Amino acid sequence: MDWGSILNNTLAGFLTPTTIAFALAALGLAMHFGFAGLLNFGIAGFMAIGGYGYAISVLTFGLPWWAGMLVGVLGSVVFALILGIPTLRLRGDYLAIATIAAAEIARLLFLTTAFTDVTGSADGLFGFNSRPDGSGFQNSNPIPQGTYGFGPFTYNEQTLWVLVFGLIVLTVAVWFLWALMRSPWGRVIKGIREDEEAVRSLGKNVFAYKLQALVIGGVFGALGGIIYTAAQNISPGVYVTSLTFFIWTSLLLGGAATIFGPVIGAVIFWVIQAFLSNLLPALSTSGILPVSTTQASTLRFVLVGIGLMLLVIYRPQGIFGDKRELTFVK
Amino acid sequence: MKILLDDTRRRVLRIILVALLAVFGGLSVSAPALGDSVGEEYSATVFGNVKVDGEPIAGVRIVVDGGGYTAETVTDSDGRWSIGVPEVRNYNVTLDESTLPEGISVLEGGATQEVEFGLTDRVAKNFFIGEGERNETSIFDQIVSRFIYGINFGLMLGLAAVGVSLVFGTTGLSNFSHGEMVTFGAVAALIFGVGLQLPLFIAIPIAVALSAGLGWSLDAGLWRPLRKKGLGIVQLMIVSIGLSLTMRYVIQFVIGGATEQLPGFDSPKINLFGAVALSSTDLMSMGLSIVVIIAFAYWLLRTKTGKATRAISDNPDLAAASGIDVDKVIRIVWIMAASLAGLAGVLWAYFRPGIKWDMGTQILLLIFAAVTLGGLGTAFGALIGALIVGVLVEMSGLIIPADLKYVGALVVLIVVLLVRPQGLLGRKQRVG
Amino acid sequence: MSNNEKPQKTTDLHIGDAVPGCKKKDPMLVIDHVKKTFGGLTAVDVEHLEIPSGVITALIGPNGAGKTTLFNLLTGFDTPDTGTWSFMGTSLSGVPSFKVAQMGQVRTFQLTKALSLLTVIENMKLGAKGQSGESIFRALFPGFWKKQDADIEVKAMELLKRFKLDTKKDDFAASLSGGQRKLLEMARALMTDPTLVMLDEPMAGVNPALTQSLLDHVISLKGEGMTVLFVEHDMHMVRHIADWVVVMAEGKVVAEGPPDTVMKEQAVIDAYLGAHQETDLGEVTGRINIIKGEDK
Repeated sequence: MDWGSILNNTLAGFLTPTTIAFALAALGLAMHFGFAGLLNFGIAGFMAIGGYGYAISVLTFGLPWWAGMLVGVLGSVVFALILGIPTLRLRGDYLAIATIAAAEIARLLFLTTAFTDVTGSADGLFGFNSRPDGSGFQNSNPIPQGTYGFGPFTYNEQTLWVLVFGLIVLTVAVWFLWALMRSPWGRVIKGIREDEEAVRSLGKNVFAYKLQALVIGGVFGALGGIIYTAAQNISPGVYVTSLTFFIWTSLLLGGAATIFGPVIGAVIFWVIQAFLSNLLPALSTSGILPVSTTQASTLRFVLVGIGLMLLVIYRPQGIFGDKRELTFVK
Repeated sequence: MKILLDDTRRRVLRIILVALLAVFGGLSVSAPALGDSVGEEYSATVFGNVKVDGEPIAGVRIVVDGGGYTAETVTDSDGRWSIGVPEVRNYNVTLDESTLPEGISVLEGGATQEVEFGLTDRVAKNFFIGEGERNETSIFDQIVSRFIYGINFGLMLGLAAVGVSLVFGTTGLSNFSHGEMVTFGAVAALIFGVGLQLPLFIAIPIAVALSAGLGWSLDAGLWRPLRKKGLGIVQLMIVSIGLSLTMRYVIQFVIGGATEQLPGFDSPKINLFGAVALSSTDLMSMGLSIVVIIAFAYWLLRTKTGKATRAISDNPDLAAASGIDVDKVIRIVWIMAASLAGLAGVLWAYFRPGIKWDMGTQILLLIFAAVTLGGLGTAFGALIGALIVGVLVEMSGLIIPADLKYVGALVVLIVVLLVRPQGLLGRKQRVG
Repeated sequence: MSNNEKPQKTTDLHIGDAVPGCKKKDPMLVIDHVKKTFGGLTAVDVEHLEIPSGVITALIGPNGAGKTTLFNLLTGFDTPDTGTWSFMGTSLSGVPSFKVAQMGQVRTFQLTKALSLLTVIENMKLGAKGQSGESIFRALFPGFWKKQDADIEVKAMELLKRFKLDTKKDDFAASLSGGQRKLLEMARALMTDPTLVMLDEPMAGVNPALTQSLLDHVISLKGEGMTVLFVEHDMHMVRHIADWVVVMAEGKVVAEGPPDTVMKEQAVIDAYLGAHQETDLGEVTGRINIIKGEDK
């Protein structure tokens, strides 16, 4: 049992592009569910649209990376509008089903061989972060070649660039959410979460607020997908409903109706994942766990499922949340 | 009848022709095992394999061109070909369809397709080929055959959907782990029917009985305590999501990631009429579904517990006040829902065909579509919704690509939620 | 200070006789041919109704008369099958409830909707109209709305003092008693500077000790120039403070007038007690055979 490498890999999970992507998506879900009370189970769809919007813009339309990312964000806005305008008046669990269906439709459209020229279907897309004409994301990397960091936090210049960029985006997103929720706009949203009719009777256009919340959260989700995609290639197999469930777990873990909860929840989720994905196979090879190594890897997802159940039963407000503030807890 | 024989005769002839060509093609080509290769002086290679229904086809002409370079070859006795190319760039690969056996053609992507190199200097290009007789079956025949397949699929979906509807009706829970209860039944049948080699007529009832046990344990161990604790429906829904993840990966833990089959999955299709070809397994599964559904309908309409179930779905407080033991009835509902789901799992294993750890998750949304279409909370609505969804999914294959056929059902789901959220048979209650 | 003297009633509000659908000298709400059916049941069928401005009007009637349905229709929380109605001359049919509220109408709910998860002061601030901080882009930068928010807070505190809730300003509304939540809902409604205040059974579930305090608040609204329309079952409250009474039964308006005369009208008594109030109920249902002409 090589505890040294287990510890090393676990700590590395604190700061990876995936961690940042999850944090952004969880922030988006905090806007949707934590603050506005919208049961969005299609956050993976927003991430897919962000990532594919970016990759396709670069590969098929030859746009520079920043324009591609903007297209990804705009795509998610359009998706939010198309999704929201008809469905926002649906009751909670109906909205959940509608959003899952919408995200699955998006994934199937990216997976189908019918559009393989543009989406790469099951193989996905690659080669869009570094472009021969210098318009790629990595082409704009200001960090000189080399290895940086220490111990578990060692990165090459490419990963470091993604991390720096991702952290900047994350910081802006956190500020955005915080600024909004402490403003009168945030007050209206919190009122809507609890009782729409009461807020309507005071003259607020509830539908418009809900739509705005959906768009903002969707943009955060798209940014998560973009950061994830900026670090590697994109494939539709990532954006399955399990991804949505993992982001929900991160959100609830940190605290659904808080600003930092989603970020911390995402970090903790990934650190635990890193720990388990190193510990469990090691336990199996050293014979402590009487299972094969593949089984050991599967075990960690079993633990996520159990963890989510325990979390929502015994501590639905997560680490930082206030139980009094939650509407979905009776 | 006469047309039927002609079709069969044609198909048999085709298979014989392919086999002959393969034999003769293999005999006439004296190529090394690696297939006819051209351009061996170059370091980069484009290569591939030409097969139909698993059988290699020899003598098929392949042409590669791009960047001013052109080369061609024919496939060897193993159906393989390989062409060396001077540089790593995109090339057009053309399969000369005139060198394919009669009735076989390229099904997807066209006879000329582009290939792009990845990180290595070897890239494969395989063509999806098969019997191109699709055009030869009349549209009417196709519609009829898809309709029948859709009914088959819909009956199986219905068994699963009824459980979801009943659970929602009596407890208000949208159960996201229902897909895993379906997988459970299939896996149980696998363990007893294949692992322990018990005959199917024993293994399948055991699987259903175990599913019933699963339903009992879930209500006793999880759902009833949570109801008593007073958890809100959103919390319960998220619990069901966690349960779905847990069960899904426990199943993967037990049976691994590969696809397994139940015995009899590949029993030969019997041509019934037109283009409809069902195997004996298909017919038995349809028959079994219908029998079980009728038995279920009798239970719901005639027995005391069935009526109590409907009463609770309608008005739980009133039902409890009139002396119905709500907890006991809900326990029975869970047992029934799980049993039906388990049986649906066995049928789904034959329909797919194949048992995989996430097979239930694949159809969960279709089940929700069926239940929503029919009306959340009404069992008969779920059945009708399932039949419609099944037929829709199969028929949509006529106009949209096969890998998008579930999209149709999902779109219907969203549209129903918008236009008539109470579904076809549901009561108009507050859905927004 | 509670006012135990009889409040000053306004009279002479109508034109012509005090009959259902009579015109008012200064109508605030004019309702025409409004009909609403649920399935086969006609819930509301009002030919013509005018609500006078600047006074307190009570909408009474037995259960199932259609009062709350009419309320929901007027405030945009429900849509009628037919009919038009106008508020201060502007047509309201098809106008969504939030726009109706923006125009100067505000309503409270039978089951109080004090937002429990917000604090008392946040509830109050939510009520204020025209907040620039509620627009998403300006919300981001406090410079746009800080000053306005402070002004709103001042106004909110004045109202809270008036309703004796000022000490509770930072408590979550969930921690208030039922009666205090009613007061909060009323105070919050006043933050919108309404012209017409519509109260849906304001006394429902309120303990008697609080009733007088609520009544005084309602009367003071009239004193500030607002029009009040309330639905009630409590006849004492109606007699005590209403200037005008509208009686509904089975979806229709059966009587209108000042409280003391309307209560005595045969139509009203019939509505509440049923048309055969002098006949043995058994005779009406046919259980008992009474030979005509015989003394009972």
